[in-house]
Amino acid sequence: MKAWLLLAVIIGSTVTADLLQSHEMKRHGEIHDFRPSGVGRVLASLARKRNLILSIVCMAVSFFAFMPLVQVADLSFAVPASAGSLVIETILARVILKERVDSRRWIGAALVAGGVWLLAL
Amino acid sequence: MSLQLRWKTPAFAAIVVLSNVVGNLFLKWGMGHADEITPSPLSFIRAIFNPWVSLGICLLILWMLSKMFFLSWADLSFVLPVTAFGYVLTTVFSHLFLGEHITTARWAGTFLIATGSVLVGLGTPQSGKST
Repeated sequence: MKAWLLLAVIIGSTVTADLLQSHEMKRHGEIHDFRPSGVGRVLASLARKRNLILSIVCMAVSFFAFMPLVQVADLSFAVPASAGSLVIETILARVILKERVDSRRWIGAALVAGGVWLLAL
Repeated sequence: MSLQLRWKTPAFAAIVVLSNVVGNLFLKWGMGHADEITPSPLSFIRAIFNPWVSLGICLLILWMLSKMFFLSWADLSFVLPVTAFGYVLTTVFSHLFLGEHITTARWAGTFLIATGSVLVGLGTPQSGKST
């Protein structure tokens, strides 16, 4: 019961974090400069984005729920089961972020979700 | 797809997957040797200072940053299923290094995830916005 409760917290906060992160990184635009100074400039600019800060808070919530989860459950359960967020995220990527998700991606995501379900048995 | 995008995409996919898998492995190993977590913040702080947990956290920070960079040019619906390959590696590593018993259903799930990841990976990382 404790494991499933922790899992629900992880999935909810991961979905929120990924959507906020994707939205903000798309607004920022593609990163081309991977030199240390360029990466530093990007990080300094990203540290001021409200959605990104919120996404990091959500990731922290997810992480602090994951820590006790790996104490009470196998890693081979905890990690794949947390992928339950994938299906929700694919749907929300289409609905909220307006990404074009083709049929191959839908089938792939569905297979991944089916696999996660089997792993959780 | 430009030449830079062609190497950048598989390189970042590899960094995102490996930092997550190895980071989780270290975290599980460290948490397995730490005191039981209670709702008290002190128990979290004690656990964080376990060297294996610290190492795991460093790798998970690398995972978070590399995923953020990846998302600057690739769609979320592409990034997430591709990196789901990490779940397969996690299951294999959990069996090899942590001695976890993996049932037939879990192995079947692992292969299903691998198939799904490959299927999604055959697409392009940028689909653009729907109209």
